[in-house]
Amino acid sequence: MGKKVALTGNEAAAHAIRQINPDVVAAFPITPSTPIPQNVAQFIADGKMDTELVTVESEHSAMSACVGAAAAGGRVMTATSANGYALMWEILYIASGSRLPIVMAVAARALSAPLNIHGDHSDIMGGRDTGWIQLVAENSQETYDNLIQAIKIAENKDVMTPALGAFDGFNISHAIEIWELEDDNKVKEFVGEYTPLYPLLNTKEPVTHGAWAPPDWYFEHKMNQLEGLLNAKDVVVKVGKEFGSAFGREYGLYEAYKMDDAEYVIVAMGSVCGTTKDVVDSLRENGVKAGLLKVRLFRPFPYKELADALSSAKAIAVLDRVSPAGAQGGALFTEIRSALYDANNRPPVINYTYGLGGRDTQPQHINSVYDKLKTIAETGKVDKQFDCLNLRGTWG
Amino acid sequence: MSEKLLNWDEVLIGGAIKDPGNSKSYETGSWRVERPVWNPESCIQCMFCWVYCPDSSILVDENGKMSGIDYDHCKGCGICVEQCPTKPKSLAMLLEADAKGKSEEDLRKEVFSK
Repeated sequence: MGKKVALTGNEAAAHAIRQINPDVVAAFPITPSTPIPQNVAQFIADGKMDTELVTVESEHSAMSACVGAAAAGGRVMTATSANGYALMWEILYIASGSRLPIVMAVAARALSAPLNIHGDHSDIMGGRDTGWIQLVAENSQETYDNLIQAIKIAENKDVMTPALGAFDGFNISHAIEIWELEDDNKVKEFVGEYTPLYPLLNTKEPVTHGAWAPPDWYFEHKMNQLEGLLNAKDVVVKVGKEFGSAFGREYGLYEAYKMDDAEYVIVAMGSVCGTTKDVVDSLRENGVKAGLLKVRLFRPFPYKELADALSSAKAIAVLDRVSPAGAQGGALFTEIRSALYDANNRPPVINYTYGLGGRDTQPQHINSVYDKLKTIAETGKVDKQFDCLNLRGTWG
Repeated sequence: MSEKLLNWDEVLIGGAIKDPGNSKSYETGSWRVERPVWNPESCIQCMFCWVYCPDSSILVDENGKMSGIDYDHCKGCGICVEQCPTKPKSLAMLLEADAKGKSEEDLRKEVFSK
């Protein structure tokens, strides 16, 4: 039986890794994810897991060691944040292009400059097109649950694609919450044994990994890779159901919070969804048809399912915890707005950037978004497509 | 390349290759701008060229002796010429354009009789 524990998000990730007990963890410490490899090292020292921990000299080397170990045929995990994730960049593509089902915990953090170690989604949103599956958690429980499910999703024969389980730096990584730690054996049974497709260490069937693909081959390989990533969508649903049967918490592509008849809808990812749910609850008590669409799977992006889930909306605000960086809006906004282009119902969609570099987002800020949506729905006018939450000074 | 070009849904996952050693079937000799020409008369069979060649393009006969250059794969990097210890050198680079249509014997004469 599982038990209730009061631990941080990083500890939730570390316990998931302990219970999965991968063959190899190669990691380099970086705030705010440092306690993950630190706890893993402690678990190994205490004899609670027998993973080979490779202490490398950088994140570039961490992901490179993961690629090597996964190509050899091992089940491999790691953890990182921010600039560490950025330093992994070229190897992230090599992991996904080589179809190695590495699973990584990312305590999402702002990227320098200016130097900032606090939470936002600059790292994972910057890496959204590296070919990895991206799951985003709202709290410690989901951080733990997502990493366990990510193993089964990534290693599915139709997928064979690396996956990351992201959770907000500090808001989740360093906050102590009460969550359910499942029984070691039950988790072990759930993730099962991993059978690699073409392990390098199988000398009876020699295989080459990392070979060159000239112009007459590369394109075909990239589209073959894309199919694996796209296959992850159905597998995420399947594994989410299996997880529900095993542990009582079922997961899908998204969470529709009070969305059945919702007219004013916020679309968001991560810890801000907890705050938004509280605001939705109080608005509902006052008869306001507010709802939240929490995106869980960002890559592959389930655009059709999300558009369907937004069918009752009269006005939508997408919250991005990243700068639009010159695009029409944040990464989630442009995806959602594009998804709605083919929908029968095409309500106004606005975008807010919030929480950059650990800036707090409080109920009053979320309330101001619902107020704005109400005005837009009533007047049919959008005066500002893009704005910022809790920024000093008026934007635009 | 002699093998069939496969469709996107036929290629092996992750670009893995199950028949190792197939780089031999990919002929990289056409990349060459300059080619090494070998003089067997001054060669002392030290095998430095064979050791240093990054493309395994130094041919070796059944007696373990250097017997020429694999021009189907040699990319013309010139490392063999750099490493050749004889004085004068027993390997020399020649512009590929100047080698067109000439036999290996003619090229040897042209390069090493100077």
